[in-house]
Amino acid sequence: MIEALNLCKRFQDKKRGEVRAVDGVSFTCRPGEVYGLLGANGAGKTTTLRMLATILEPTEGTARLCGHDIVEHPERVRASCGFLSTATALYPRLTAQEMVEYFGKLNGLDSAVLKKRVDEIFDRLEMNDFRDRRCDKLSTGMKQKTSIARTLVHDPPVMIFDEPTLGLDIMTARTIIDFIRECRDRKKTVIFSTHVMREVEKLCDIVGIIQGGKLLAEGTLEQLRQRHGENDLEEIFVKIVSPHYGAQEAI
Amino acid sequence: MSLRNIGIVYRKELTEALRDRRTLITTFLVPLLVIPVMGAGFTAVMSAVIGNAKKEKPKIMIVGGTDSPGVLAALQQDPKIHVIPTTDDWKHKVVEKEIRAAVEIPEGFEKNVSDGQGGTVKIDVYGGEIKSEFAAGNIESYLKEYRDGIVAKRLETNSLPANLLRPFQVKRESIASPEKQAGAILGGIIAYALILMCLNGAMSPAIDLTAGEKERGTMETILSSPVSRTHLVLGKFLLVLTASLITAMLLMVSVEISTTALQRSHALDQMAEEGEPAPQLTLGPAAIASVIIMAVPLSVLFSAGLITIALFAKSHKEAQSYIAPLMFLVVIPAVAAMLPGVELTPKLAIVPLLNVSLLCKELMTGEYHWNYIALIFASTCIYAAGALFLAVKMFQRESVLFRS
Repeated sequence: MIEALNLCKRFQDKKRGEVRAVDGVSFTCRPGEVYGLLGANGAGKTTTLRMLATILEPTEGTARLCGHDIVEHPERVRASCGFLSTATALYPRLTAQEMVEYFGKLNGLDSAVLKKRVDEIFDRLEMNDFRDRRCDKLSTGMKQKTSIARTLVHDPPVMIFDEPTLGLDIMTARTIIDFIRECRDRKKTVIFSTHVMREVEKLCDIVGIIQGGKLLAEGTLEQLRQRHGENDLEEIFVKIVSPHYGAQEAI
Repeated sequence: MSLRNIGIVYRKELTEALRDRRTLITTFLVPLLVIPVMGAGFTAVMSAVIGNAKKEKPKIMIVGGTDSPGVLAALQQDPKIHVIPTTDDWKHKVVEKEIRAAVEIPEGFEKNVSDGQGGTVKIDVYGGEIKSEFAAGNIESYLKEYRDGIVAKRLETNSLPANLLRPFQVKRESIASPEKQAGAILGGIIAYALILMCLNGAMSPAIDLTAGEKERGTMETILSSPVSRTHLVLGKFLLVLTASLITAMLLMVSVEISTTALQRSHALDQMAEEGEPAPQLTLGPAAIASVIIMAVPLSVLFSAGLITIALFAKSHKEAQSYIAPLMFLVVIPAVAAMLPGVELTPKLAIVPLLNVSLLCKELMTGEYHWNYIALIFASTCIYAAGALFLAVKMFQRESVLFRS
């Protein structure tokens, strides 16, 4: 379960002064659901997810992951979630197995449990052919699988995906999409940011539309369609975002 | 404080460092090569140059002296020099290094000397040119012998004792142990090399583990793991410290091997003054051990300082450009300590780097001023702790970790 409670992130920019990257965002995401955070570039998606993963600290507000407060117990929050984005790269000089084991150890798994988990994941993701190959020698697809294995090793109840398919080819992106679906089927709480409408339509149970750091709309796809009188998600998105997008650009 | 997590981070960083060619070269290869190249190489070249200069029979010209046949004949027969026929452009020939020196004997020299009127024999040399200086030395020693002969003859003629003009002798003898002599000769240069090596050993891993992580995109990956940032930076710091200390220790091993090899090769015999023993370059194990102990707080200081600086950078290249000026800042006190006459004082004992350099110089000679050692060790530990505290604080700052 994820509960974001009035999350805010401000930072100082030399040219623009104070920037409100995230401005009072609140939402709830339940186990067995995929929550899609939809927004244009610079809308505040990454900052929101980084705050949930405790990589950034909120300026105001807070969030709870599996009941752990992100400000008070960031280590417990991180132990309860797996975070995957195109910015979370692999250590080039570690092998795929070493990479996954490293994160297993940091998550407090003892060697017997870790070995069992690693074998299980490597079998499931068909990674045994390259388990001893260094990460810098892996193909993009192999790297993605290793990243997935890294986030799964401690079997977290919450999964956070920040534009995980950005820049990937269709086949590799498909692996990720299938993985997200599998997480939902395993009753994990999943939050997923993207600006690709098709991915949202395919995956998300609840959609939150974010622009200028504010959550402008939220609901199931059906609810959004009814509320805005449009069938196409892209049209709905443009309708919601346009008035704010102009204002944001002017700033 | 979870030592387990620090240990996990440390072991992972160690695995990666041992697979990084750049770190391996700076940690293992450079310290093993720097002394043979800087010290032994230099000494070998110098001893070869001096040896060649000593072996050469210098060509000289004698200007004048036709009315002083005794001196002339004796100079011509001196086996250490080769007298060639004089030409009018002897000065030009000295400057052009065609001859090594010229002796100007004044008119009526022998007669004037025997009359007790004296006179001045001038030796024209190329000042600062080693072979010319050696030739002049040979001529001087011959003329000194000639003068002493005249004095002895005069004393004998007047039935005066031979020790009239030299009532007592002066003898210089080094009573310092070979280790102390070696320390005095090598102390400055070793302190300099030690400081540079401690810094150099820490540099590559410090950049790789901070700016390198940002550049490769692994910083966000590791920050999403449950390990706390303090444990993370301490694990990284320990790896950088290990590299710095290994570099410092290998440097001292290299110093010991190089100086022993040099001593055995008798290359130093060439550099010794005639009749005096060759300088001793073998350091004692106590000197080496104490220098390595002093390297610990120094390495802590450098490791933490470099992590702090490199963390600001977004890429390996940017980090290098921040650290390059630091090399100059570090070299200045290291060089200052090498200057003769710069000694430890209570004030200098708290100047970072300069204090360690000066102490290393003393330790190498076997001098243990415990009050200074305690002061320097404590002050360096304080600076090191400050730098480490800063590194930990920096690692908590989002504006540093996610600088864009």
